[in-house]
Amino acid sequence: MRTSQITVVLTMNDLDTLEQQSLFILREAFSRIEKLALLWSIGKDSCAVLWLVKKAFFGHVPFPIVHVDTGCKMDGMIEFRDRLAKDWNLPLIVGQNEAALKQGVGPHQGRITCCEALKTDGLKAIVAEHGFKGIIAGIRRDEEGTRAKERVFSPRGVDAGWNVHDQPPEFWDQFTTSVPPGASIRIHPILHWTELDIWRYIEREGIPLVDLYFDKGEGKRYRSLGCAPCTAPIASRASNIAEIIAELETTTVSERSGRAQDKESEDAFEKLRANGYM
Amino acid sequence: MTQLSPLKIVVVGHVDHGKSTLVGRLLNDTGSLPAGKLEAVKAASEKRGVAFEWAFLLDALQAERDQGITIDTTQIRLKTKPRETIIIDAPGHREFLKNMITGAASADAAILVVDAVEGLQEQTRRHGYLLHLLGLRQVVVAVNKMDAVNYDIGRFAEVVAEVNAYLSGIGIEPQHIIPISAYNGANVVTRIEALDWFTGPTLIDGLTGFKAQAQPVELPLRFPVQDVLKLDDRRIVVGRIESGRLRVGDEIVFNPSGKSARIASIESWGTKVPVIAAVAGQSVGITLDDHIFIERGQIGSHQLAAPREARAFRANLFWLGTQALEVGQRYKLRLATSEQTVEVERIVKVVDLDDLKSDSVTRVDRHAVAEVVLRSKVALALDEFSENSRLGRFVLVDGFDIVGGGIVVGADAELSRLAQSVKSRNLFPVGHRASLEARWLLNGHKGGVIWLTGLSGAGKSTVAMEVEHQLLRKGRQVYVLDGDNLRQGLNSDLGFSPEDRTENIRRVGEVAHLFASAGTIVITAFISPYQADRDRVRTIQPETFHEVYVKAGVGECTKRDPKGLYAKAIKGEIPEFTGISAPYEAPEAPELVVETEGHSVESSVAQLLDYIDRTFALDAGETADALRG
Repeated sequence: MRTSQITVVLTMNDLDTLEQQSLFILREAFSRIEKLALLWSIGKDSCAVLWLVKKAFFGHVPFPIVHVDTGCKMDGMIEFRDRLAKDWNLPLIVGQNEAALKQGVGPHQGRITCCEALKTDGLKAIVAEHGFKGIIAGIRRDEEGTRAKERVFSPRGVDAGWNVHDQPPEFWDQFTTSVPPGASIRIHPILHWTELDIWRYIEREGIPLVDLYFDKGEGKRYRSLGCAPCTAPIASRASNIAEIIAELETTTVSERSGRAQDKESEDAFEKLRANGYM
Repeated sequence: MTQLSPLKIVVVGHVDHGKSTLVGRLLNDTGSLPAGKLEAVKAASEKRGVAFEWAFLLDALQAERDQGITIDTTQIRLKTKPRETIIIDAPGHREFLKNMITGAASADAAILVVDAVEGLQEQTRRHGYLLHLLGLRQVVVAVNKMDAVNYDIGRFAEVVAEVNAYLSGIGIEPQHIIPISAYNGANVVTRIEALDWFTGPTLIDGLTGFKAQAQPVELPLRFPVQDVLKLDDRRIVVGRIESGRLRVGDEIVFNPSGKSARIASIESWGTKVPVIAAVAGQSVGITLDDHIFIERGQIGSHQLAAPREARAFRANLFWLGTQALEVGQRYKLRLATSEQTVEVERIVKVVDLDDLKSDSVTRVDRHAVAEVVLRSKVALALDEFSENSRLGRFVLVDGFDIVGGGIVVGADAELSRLAQSVKSRNLFPVGHRASLEARWLLNGHKGGVIWLTGLSGAGKSTVAMEVEHQLLRKGRQVYVLDGDNLRQGLNSDLGFSPEDRTENIRRVGEVAHLFASAGTIVITAFISPYQADRDRVRTIQPETFHEVYVKAGVGECTKRDPKGLYAKAIKGEIPEFTGISAPYEAPEAPELVVETEGHSVESSVAQLLDYIDRTFALDAGETADALRG
């Protein structure tokens, strides 16, 4: 019995390897960057990151959790956010671009304009208000072509812009951890995970999740969560994590196929990201 | 449902030799593309008026598509069995070498792509050499564009000869050299008739023998300290085990300080079984049974297999900085979690990648590879790359930018001896202690360090000098160390940068403790703004160290301003002036606080004298012990 317990500790499977690297990245960010915050979209990826933060800091969440509320998140997301924030006693900061919302900015003006105003500018305002130097975001390489080119520690200019044509070298886990005054750093602790990895990890760890990801007998579910007007469900009968995993192992449909803002034009997502989108 | 971690393969080679095209072909022919992807690439190709461009699968950036080149590295997955393959596409343009290294440094294996028409080119050689330097030994060479030479066996043979001649010169032995046409899908995943003469494997089959790099569990323990977290009354030392293993109860020595303690626990959250051991690759948190001073950058190891300590070492490095590297330049060296300033002492040689000859030069230009000697003012804990790659590799940082990377090929012999003698000091603690007590008896009082800390103008020097004067009159052995008597001699090589300030305090601490171990009461008067620096001094001899906070607020000190420094600092004429534009960390738990604000000099002096009289008096037991000794 004793021997088997030790064996459990000393062998790492693929999920352990991913997890341990993420813990290293999170602690590196915490150690090297003074004002840090975690961006929480309430989707599965940032929920997994939140879980990893608790692991990295032994049950604590030692920096603020930021949610940029566009005012049009899907039913259930805000309730889930507030419930988890209460249960886990999270240092939650909710931000909104109130000026843009008052002016009635919405997808009818163009999805890119809307995303930039409500998400990118909303985020920039929170960063400026609190003076954050580092923003942790749960993006992954396998989501999309420009994210595949990202660094784990990705410096952003004074305007939060991403200089995608001249990214710093990053190797041997030596990251860019300091930037000039006014600039900031995005930290991507699950860049190396895939969608399938995330689901297998959520299943293994029992990470709480909003139920929009599961079919409730209507033959549809959300594969990726965003704002209600720009996010479409997929046809699926997967009603639990095991069924989602089985579905993903055979699908050829891309994860963000239900996210309308990506498809405005060939370069839509690159432009969004270069201007500071996640 | 356990799966194998994916195998990571980087694709390198000269610009336009077809790397991105090859990756596109691999994706397509292994059925790894999501639905609609091919159509999107077709549309992007037509929009630019070019034939179907496989490279657009990876070259996601607009500039890459418009210019037809790969700018940055990317990673994409192949659905292969039994494990997935991550293909890392790396740019071949000389200008984007930093991105090629970013991609290649994390790979388990490499495909070196060579154009059948052009043969070896500048970046083929450079990338080959860098693979060698990065420690990659699993290499397949793909001779691409065989369609352009009519799948000619003769041309293939010429390229094979050229490739072998070069790679054997840099110590790379490719597992296979395979003729392919990525654009036509020839011999990538499927065979074609025109290459019937080739009896070796297809490219995809040629990759199957490669192994993912295993964690170096069998090497000696290397546990670089990432951070010390203070949570719920626990002091948790966190870091990733780079090699070896550790378990609860192990005695761990932390270098370069040389302090050691036993592991009391391995901390975790959300695990049901207590963790009692951990291995390379795991990010752990441990608590220790002794309250020794530990900080980021120290390397934990087992006593009998500790890393080397050196102040100078030889390294092979690749240079990415826009400014050339020159002798005498200083950079920040980052090795595992440690960060120290190093100076380029010597450029031994720069490697000419065309003929592998070494040129003797005085500077290393961007993208060059060179052997250099780097020197640090303080000891560095490291390994040679050949012994333990994780502690034998480093990057150099200039300002905010990583400007180079390298591997340790030799630690200086003379300096290693020096490090050895420092260690051996710890072998005779009993002898020192006996003589120290005899000295105390001779003096009639104990020795020790009174470490005054406080803002400029708080009154440290005034109090120190007056206390020294009065103690001397009472016949005590006492001496004041301050900036004037140290900066002019011992520390004359130090300036006021953060690194130099830290080194200044370290030396003051060492000197103070030497005086103290000769039986003297040493009073130091330095601002010493950082708690970590003071804590480090305390660890040299904690029993005889007394931290005294000479306390006065910034407002009061600015009003006093005996040297006119605050006035200048407020105008911005003195950068990083403690209290105004640089932080002062008040002592967390000083032995004594001397409030000088609202108190006369006389009363402050009396307070400190009273403390010294009480704590430096010999008690009966100690006198008896010393007499017996």
